[in-house]
Amino acid sequence: MNTGRHINEIYKLHSRRVQATLIRLLGDFDLAEEATQEAFTAALKQWPEQGIPENPAAWLITAGHRRGIDLIRRRQTVRHNQPLLAEYEQATPDADTDHIDDDLLRLIFTCCHPGLAIEAQLALTLREMCGLTTEQVASALLEKPATTAQRIVRAKRKIKEARIPYEVPERRELPERLQSVLKVIYLIFNEGYSASSGDDIVNLSLAREAIRLASLLAELLPEGEVFGLLALMLLHDSRRNARQDENGDLITLEEQNRDLWDREQIHSGLAALTQALQLTPTAPYTLQASIAATHAQARGTEDTDWARIARLYEALYRQVPSPVIALNRAVAVAMRDTPEDGLKLIDELASHKAIQNYYLFHAARADLYRRSGDLSSARAAYQRALALTRQGPEQRFLNQRLTQLDSA
Amino acid sequence: MKYVALVYYQESIINRMSEKEWHDLNQECIAGVERLTEQGKYVTGQPLQPIETATTVRVRDDEVLISDGPFAETKEQLAGFYLLEANDLNEALQLASRIPPARFGSIEVRPVRELPPKD
Repeated sequence: MNTGRHINEIYKLHSRRVQATLIRLLGDFDLAEEATQEAFTAALKQWPEQGIPENPAAWLITAGHRRGIDLIRRRQTVRHNQPLLAEYEQATPDADTDHIDDDLLRLIFTCCHPGLAIEAQLALTLREMCGLTTEQVASALLEKPATTAQRIVRAKRKIKEARIPYEVPERRELPERLQSVLKVIYLIFNEGYSASSGDDIVNLSLAREAIRLASLLAELLPEGEVFGLLALMLLHDSRRNARQDENGDLITLEEQNRDLWDREQIHSGLAALTQALQLTPTAPYTLQASIAATHAQARGTEDTDWARIARLYEALYRQVPSPVIALNRAVAVAMRDTPEDGLKLIDELASHKAIQNYYLFHAARADLYRRSGDLSSARAAYQRALALTRQGPEQRFLNQRLTQLDSA
Repeated sequence: MKYVALVYYQESIINRMSEKEWHDLNQECIAGVERLTEQGKYVTGQPLQPIETATTVRVRDDEVLISDGPFAETKEQLAGFYLLEANDLNEALQLASRIPPARFGSIEVRPVRELPPKD
């Protein structure tokens, strides 16, 4: 087999793990990155002649650690400052799989530390956990590369200077800290699922990165909500081929061609949900995944179990009493009973100022008016919604609805 | 009577300093502390790391809220300070979250900076 290509595969498989361990051993993100690169360069030179070692990750960690210490030593000679080194030399590379997995967990908990700005958490996670370049992170987050680079530099400096520890939180702190990791993964997914401005509704790669991160996390830390989030993302993403038509226009859940849903991925999503339901049946991500699963199991809107969906939203609202969830509950009630019942619930929400500026609130109202036959109220609500969205596909969708009303 | 003297400046002024100017300022501070100590007027003091190392802790409804950066609520006034000994930021945040006014105010946590050795 071609060794060069093989090394490439090893790089894809192990580079994150090698780097995560080197961050622990060397105590520095940038140094670890440099050492990882050099270890792979050494592998490219040595492995074709000497053969691929039995445990490539262990080899790479040892080589990277040695390079890292050389780099520290060289920098210290320049600064005539000796004492720092001893500390890093004592750390011996320990490359059994358990430790390497712990290092990946340490890395994600450090990248998602709540003491870092949320934008920095996103950028660091994409950079360090997913191995994206700064340019790729910037384009994924719709930022200028210089802005992203500055964010990452600042975050790394804070980790070092404020001493954010490179560790997996203790049991007692785990639930809270895990929440911020899950939030970052879900934000990455949503950035990919509906880019917040611009024309491309589904940026496939970010959604896939988020799913990969969650499945990795589920392996390393099999907590209920990790499975819950994984299930939720798999189920939502299974509709990716049905969400847009060939012009990039939005297709509602009701109008989607369900034959285009990715059955295999739905299957994986349901499997993850089964795990989640055994551990945390009423936790927020698990509840949202249960809702997505109810849709996934229906052939169309008519045979969707709306009573179950309304109940699940009710349970979710009790945990997270946000107006957006109340809005979704109202829509489910409208589908279960009548549009008027849903509108009654929606009107109760109108007192929330924030929701008045949320385009989906007006879009949902418009839709229920349309179903109830009150076309002029529907038109007014669609227009409010239109004024509040910046996204190309969503604007086109709302305009289309307005045109349909005119011809009705 | 004891008084606390809080030091404020625009970090941009410091960032524009040459290495020599920065060095001289630090030495001047060291000498100043020595003078105050000789006079029996110095209790304790500590320079801080730049503002970008700051983290803010608030406790609301028994939930500890942690965010990046200094407190930004101009309605809040400085009410006191604690000098804490902690292994890392997590421990410092944990200790800070138990300061009672964290329940209605905010606690800015910042690592201290050690002055360089005296020339």
